[in-house]
Amino acid sequence: MHGYAHDHAAKSEQETIVTLEARLLAKNDALAERNRAWFRGREILALNLVSSPGSGKTTLLERAIRDLGSEAFIAVIEGDQATVNDSERIRAAGAPCVQVNTGTGCHLEADMIARGLAELKPPVGSMVLIENVGNLVCPALFDLGEHAKVAILSVTEGEDKPLKYPHMFQASRAVLLNKIDLVPHLDFDVEKAVENARVVNPDIAVFRVSARTGEGLAAWYGWVREQAAAVRASPF
Amino acid sequence: MHELGITRNVVAIASEAAQGRRVLKVTLEVGRLSGVMTEAIRFCFDTVAEGTALDGAELEIREIDAQARCLACGTVYAMPTLFTACACGSRECERLAGEELKIKTIELEEAA
Repeated sequence: MHGYAHDHAAKSEQETIVTLEARLLAKNDALAERNRAWFRGREILALNLVSSPGSGKTTLLERAIRDLGSEAFIAVIEGDQATVNDSERIRAAGAPCVQVNTGTGCHLEADMIARGLAELKPPVGSMVLIENVGNLVCPALFDLGEHAKVAILSVTEGEDKPLKYPHMFQASRAVLLNKIDLVPHLDFDVEKAVENARVVNPDIAVFRVSARTGEGLAAWYGWVREQAAAVRASPF
Repeated sequence: MHELGITRNVVAIASEAAQGRRVLKVTLEVGRLSGVMTEAIRFCFDTVAEGTALDGAELEIREIDAQARCLACGTVYAMPTLFTACACGSRECERLAGEELKIKTIELEEAA
């Protein structure tokens, strides 16, 4: 009888403790994979631009739309906590744009991208540029289904940003050191910034650019073209 | 503050798995390099759980130390930061632990 009672207790405990092993971001990751397959099937290059507020993301996008618009159809998904200012700038530059206001949310998630794509309907072979919410923390964790994240670090920030926000620089395939034309007026150590980015991510591609003067943009566009070619060449 | 959204995911996933039963305790595994602050999860858990199957549930968070295997020399080493190099100097590594972000178990009220 004693054995039975013991077995019964063990069994009831087994029933009340349920092993889930459930990944907390599983839903976002699944939706991101769906976006990724959608992009791949249409040979669309999707880049997720991430940075602190004020790094010059929108200006870089405006330049890219003007400079690359004749080579590829470019559509933009704009994430901001509030206002439609950025999307108005993007449309003025000549690209269709969907603005996602995240409200109190500090990053874009994969379902927001899916909704944006449903509205934008980017054609085969186009480019979708996603401007994430200005924030170097949260967007690193949320896969949107993009081909690559591109971090933008302006030289008016600290050169130790890659060490302070390693998740973001590790998750990014390239970093743009923007506002490089301002370096003569600043104490920003460009080489140190590059070294810090490589400490965190040895494989990261680095481009020194100025969205204002156009300096260095040709090399960055070269990288974008390589990525677009890789997307077209990858088997579905 | 992505922790608020993540805490909502905890409550949503656990509620669904509970299938109508009350959840007495949730145990999370959070890697130290997961990019999530456990304090922030604790801070919002009670509020997010209010009125759900997890109302009043205990929250246990097991923090997992990060470890990596060096791809140059094969050593397994502790990784307190995302960019800790191996003693041999190499940064090329395979991360073995420390990025976990999951619900390990839930404890349910006994079925009536």
